[in-house]
Amino acid sequence: MVNISKSFGDVKANDKISFSVKYGEIFALLGENGAGKSTLVNMLSGVYSPDIGEIYVHGQKLRLSSPADSIAAGIGMIHQHFKLIEVMTALENIAIGQEHSFILNKKNIRKKIDDICSKYGFKIDPEKLVRDMSVGEKQTVEILKVLYRGADILILDEPTAVLTPQESERLFDILIRMKEQGCSIILITHKLQEVMEISDRVCVLRHGRVIDTVNTKETTPMELTSMMVGKKVTLSIERPPVKSQEVVLEVRNLSLIDREGIKKLDDVSFKVYSGEILGIAGIAGSGQKELCESIQGIERRKRGEIIFKGENIARLTPRAIFEKGLRISFIPEDRLGMGLVPTMSIVDNVILKDYYMQNGIFLDRTVGEKRAEHIIKMLNVQTPDIYHPVNKLSGGNIQKILLGREIDSNPDFLVTAYPTRGLDIGSAHLIYDELNRQKEKGIGILYVGEDLNILLSLCDRIMVMFEGKIIGTVNAEDATKEEIGLMMLGEKATEVLQ
Amino acid sequence: MIKMSARSDCSKREATLIRTLAVVFALVTVSFFIMILGHNPISVYISMMDGAFGTGYRLLETLRKSVPLIITSIGISLAFRLKFWNIGAEGQIMMGAMGAAFIALNFPQLPAIILLPLMAFTAMISGGIWGLIPAYFKARWKTNETIFTLMMNYIALKFITYLQYGPWKDPAALGFPKIPNFSQNAVLPDIFGLHAGWVIAIILVILSHIFINYTQPGYEIEVVGGSENTGRYAGMNVNKIIILTIFASGSICGLSGMIEASGVNRTLSVEITRGVGYTAIITSWLSYLKAPVIPIVCILFASMIQGGTFIQMAFQIPQSAAQILQGAILFFVLGSEFFIRYKISFVKQNIPEA
Repeated sequence: MVNISKSFGDVKANDKISFSVKYGEIFALLGENGAGKSTLVNMLSGVYSPDIGEIYVHGQKLRLSSPADSIAAGIGMIHQHFKLIEVMTALENIAIGQEHSFILNKKNIRKKIDDICSKYGFKIDPEKLVRDMSVGEKQTVEILKVLYRGADILILDEPTAVLTPQESERLFDILIRMKEQGCSIILITHKLQEVMEISDRVCVLRHGRVIDTVNTKETTPMELTSMMVGKKVTLSIERPPVKSQEVVLEVRNLSLIDREGIKKLDDVSFKVYSGEILGIAGIAGSGQKELCESIQGIERRKRGEIIFKGENIARLTPRAIFEKGLRISFIPEDRLGMGLVPTMSIVDNVILKDYYMQNGIFLDRTVGEKRAEHIIKMLNVQTPDIYHPVNKLSGGNIQKILLGREIDSNPDFLVTAYPTRGLDIGSAHLIYDELNRQKEKGIGILYVGEDLNILLSLCDRIMVMFEGKIIGTVNAEDATKEEIGLMMLGEKATEVLQ
Repeated sequence: MIKMSARSDCSKREATLIRTLAVVFALVTVSFFIMILGHNPISVYISMMDGAFGTGYRLLETLRKSVPLIITSIGISLAFRLKFWNIGAEGQIMMGAMGAAFIALNFPQLPAIILLPLMAFTAMISGGIWGLIPAYFKARWKTNETIFTLMMNYIALKFITYLQYGPWKDPAALGFPKIPNFSQNAVLPDIFGLHAGWVIAIILVILSHIFINYTQPGYEIEVVGGSENTGRYAGMNVNKIIILTIFASGSICGLSGMIEASGVNRTLSVEITRGVGYTAIITSWLSYLKAPVIPIVCILFASMIQGGTFIQMAFQIPQSAAQILQGAILFFVLGSEFFIRYKISFVKQNIPEA
């Protein structure tokens, strides 16, 4: 890529970016959210066309004006969110759009798939339905799909975001095998370890520009981070010790069967101490969301007890809990779908939980205005004014508004699900610091996370969930990633603390 | 190469300019059509204006047509704020008119001061129930409200037809299928030459503006309309909010039916709505569901209807020409949204900077 630029409106997403990827190389694109990584690869995969600049593939100058052009040039894109048809088999998903005859010649397709599998060391059952597959298997199908189309340049967008450590290892093995066969691999990520582990060269992007391209062997995580963020940052997360042994919240035998009759929570019991951060690890969809919503009170179908400050709140609605003077703050994972009203202003979102406590039928916004100003100042939110609609703010600022509202209500308990998802390192650390500040005030915190490194360094204990059950709880100080990874796959840990 | 990109910087002034331009483009486009018909578009437009506002009588006629449109638009926009796509205003108007007629025909001798409020009350309950039924089903079983409210329109229409041809037929009309006229006590009095419905319309516009922006229930509607899950998260009773709001929406439409029956037709008939229930969907949408804008758009639409009748007489142009103009305006204004949300720029082909 030579001198690629692309703007959206007044925003320069990519500014004169140049880099080259060699045959048989794993090339990492590293950058924070909004650094321009996605824009760049979308141009490579033909979704956008660059305003200026040229793309050369195998020495030939190409104009990629549609994804079809890009596939024809041998570029295969593996998106973070899989683009597979759930009700079809692996084979059908791989062959879709590729075979132009009316009748599928499954035998030939199968043979071709088998060839690719043995060449790179994939293991897959082509007749398995996609909806029955694990996340790792689905990803394999995605990779097979682009290889089947003859791609020799693979772009992977945050491929390990949804995988367990073991699955990630397996993926890396395959990537290394592919590299040895002469494929070029572009890996988009913001996880430093991965970059250090498998890439050959790293290109760091910031604010749409290439900061530098370096050989992985000649750099350090510290150096890469300061290139990414633009200043020196400390990557360490503090973990103040837990002072008290007082239980704030206790969950006893909590079970939940959802509308479709699927068991989402299976006899879950645990305690959270005051001034403690209890982490929850697990593959996405292991019951974390249901657990959070059960504690907060939105989820109504549950059985079991939730004892909070001596009262059983399992049968209460969120408002009934609030009216008892018990403050449970909840930061849900889908912040624009639940927690905030995207089209409304900051002020209107700030008053969401207690507007109805006002007397009379009218709505007084002056309290909300003061609180909005306070939150903006406290968390350094970037916004033109307090009446700005939240969906016009950036992801980090949206999260700050939500976190600000929830912390500002002086909670006794804080439930957070992926609070730093989609945030850049700076904003994420601001949020970790804020959580620690709350912790030191003696609040119990439930932290559902996906990045095991963060969980290990932020939380006091980590509880691992698998298929709605608690597999075990470990002390974060002496647990390892591998141990937790195994538990995430449903294997009991040898040492279970309670 | 033409390039599109999203924009978030469109100021209110720019947006108004774009929308005004859209109306101008609509007028220009329809001009070509009028020219094909062999008339001078400018003189046709001028006489449309003349027909709608030219004399005191014409102005009153225009306003008379805009009153049900304004009230119904207020009702519909309440439902639309909740993202409840209520296209059942037509049926709610009819049921409201039916409720009013029931009272008017059965208690013709009651003094107006009691009879009229009683008619209005019954109309609001009837229209409200007609909205409540689909709302309940939507809240309870997630049925599709668009299809449901549409079907409710046909039930209402056929029910009134039945009344008109059956039990409520005027025995004094010599076999002609018509419902008896209301007594004088059941007719809305005139205020400054126009039936009192216009005062109700103004009050409703003001009340609904205050309700949406400055009250707690109005805030709840905004929250649930913006994100149902967030409403649930905040502890709101989402189903109750949906049901009550749609009841209110149906009641307002029902009131509009009472005003038409009492103030204009002085009886109930199957033609009571004259399509207002559907036109009001367009007007509330073009007003961006904002109460203060609704009267402006509705008077504009009423003037096109009134002006359309006038050019039919003056130029022998079919009245449908005015309907084409309405359609064109809607098309262009909705189309102009694209230019408010995206910026179009022309760039030269990929030329790398040196």
